[in-house]
Amino acid sequence: MSSRVRKVRHDNHTAAAWLFLAPAMTAIAVFFIVPVLSALIMSLTDFDVYALGDLSVVRFMGFHNYVRIFETPLFWTALKNTFYFVLVGGPLSVAASLGTALMVNSKLARFKSFFRTVYFLPVVTSLVAVAVVWRYLYHPAHGLLNLFLSWFGVAPIDWLGNPAIAMPAIIVLAVWKNFGYNMLIFIAGLQNIPDDLYEAARIDGAGAWRQFIDITIPTLAPTTVFVVMITIIGYFQLFAEPYVMTEGGPMNATTSIVLMMYEQGFRWWNMGFAAALAFVLFVLILFFSIVQMLIQRRLQR
Amino acid sequence: MNNRASTLALNAGLFLLAVITLTPVAWMVSASFMLPGEASTTPIHFFPMHPTLEHYEALTERLHVGRYFMNSFIIASVVTLISTFINSMAGFAFAKYRFPGRNKLFRFLLSGMIVPAQVTMLPLFLMLKSMGLVNTYVGVILPGLASIFGIFLIRQFAGSVPDSLIEAARLDGASEFRVYRSVVLPLCRPILYTLALFTFMGTWNDFMWPLIVMTDNANYTLPVAIANLKGEHLLDLELMMAGSVITVLPVLILFLAFQRHYIRGIMVGGVKE
Repeated sequence: MSSRVRKVRHDNHTAAAWLFLAPAMTAIAVFFIVPVLSALIMSLTDFDVYALGDLSVVRFMGFHNYVRIFETPLFWTALKNTFYFVLVGGPLSVAASLGTALMVNSKLARFKSFFRTVYFLPVVTSLVAVAVVWRYLYHPAHGLLNLFLSWFGVAPIDWLGNPAIAMPAIIVLAVWKNFGYNMLIFIAGLQNIPDDLYEAARIDGAGAWRQFIDITIPTLAPTTVFVVMITIIGYFQLFAEPYVMTEGGPMNATTSIVLMMYEQGFRWWNMGFAAALAFVLFVLILFFSIVQMLIQRRLQR
Repeated sequence: MNNRASTLALNAGLFLLAVITLTPVAWMVSASFMLPGEASTTPIHFFPMHPTLEHYEALTERLHVGRYFMNSFIIASVVTLISTFINSMAGFAFAKYRFPGRNKLFRFLLSGMIVPAQVTMLPLFLMLKSMGLVNTYVGVILPGLASIFGIFLIRQFAGSVPDSLIEAARLDGASEFRVYRSVVLPLCRPILYTLALFTFMGTWNDFMWPLIVMTDNANYTLPVAIANLKGEHLLDLELMMAGSVITVLPVLILFLAFQRHYIRGIMVGGVKE
């Protein structure tokens, strides 16, 4: 008898759980899972501007789009640019976040919450709006940045007009915009380190530097791996900065994979080709995520 | 270095960094009040000589910024209301019910977080097109409703609601929905504010998706309108700065007013050992 009651209750709870889940799961299925699978199929077809009007002209092409991607010089440029942004901009961002977190969290720091708030402000701003602002800061003749550098005798630099400097300029904007976010995560990680660990090290005669190497770095390692992972996933999706500031130029020096995908898919309506590009991006992110997971697992041991 | 010198050096560093961080924002605000062309005259000066509101007037009177503002506001508000509701229910279900496949489903959702949104955009656009939803609020809103991150955030928090309270409500004859409404939601209020704030700001600042869906100028959200304005008014530096101020200011105020909630969200979501 009592087991039957429990069984009935258990079933009721399962039904209730699914009712609570239904709206969100339906939305995720319809607006996320179905589109991802459709994109995979789409990437194997020649879906283009004609197909927008008449679906029956779509043909199955196998991996033709992927072959074409690898034969397109612009893809290799975009891939190189995206890697540049991820592999230079990512570590710089994380380093800036960690450095600031250590400074704000230091016992010697004053007005901690004020500084924390100030550093976080760029994070909540609209990327498009601040990209517009930075476009003017980078102006070779009237930009604030060149004015500042001129005080130190630096000749004017054409930040966004020089193919060699445009991507570093975008990276500087990205570091400024994003470092506050990861800084908060690092501060939370630092505050989780028990004080007695440092106390014990001090008794053992370890100086500040030794404590940093032996305690702070290892205990912060899982946080760092997590932060690096979300930064890399985000940075692979570079789009608004080049869209607003450089339109991918000069000489394609800031064309990213997502910008190329947007242009191919939504300007020229080569949607099959663009879908394949999106999957190349996905595979790249997947690869980095797996590497991250392996590192995480090793750290936990 | 003695303690006093390090304290001074550290705080000077913090101050300098704060100046660097604030300069672009401060300059944006300052230049938006300058006369046309003033911000690009040499020698460069930081503050407006004759502060003017003419760019804000031009934006609201000629360039329909009021309409873009409303578009952004309506879209962000609707997404926030609906998504906070449905994600909180899902997060509650994951936290407080045992049902077959729960952990598998949750892990499956989490793994979905590494799929970049761009993968979904092309089919989503076609789907909306076939439903006649391109260039509508609904088209921008629908894909933003369910959020795996939101479900995760609520689940983390709802886990700390004591089972005894839930059981007590059930013994009093409360329905499962009533348990959620009257016991769980009130206790989860802090994280609900957090999630609502995240969602509102994220939707307000979102660029790529509204750029794709809104094909008609009148339906642009603020970021899309600013990016578009840049095409015609690139040389009107002061006007562009005023447009940027209008785009940035609402979320900046929201953040400053509710930063406690915002920061908690990052801590809960970020530190998950």
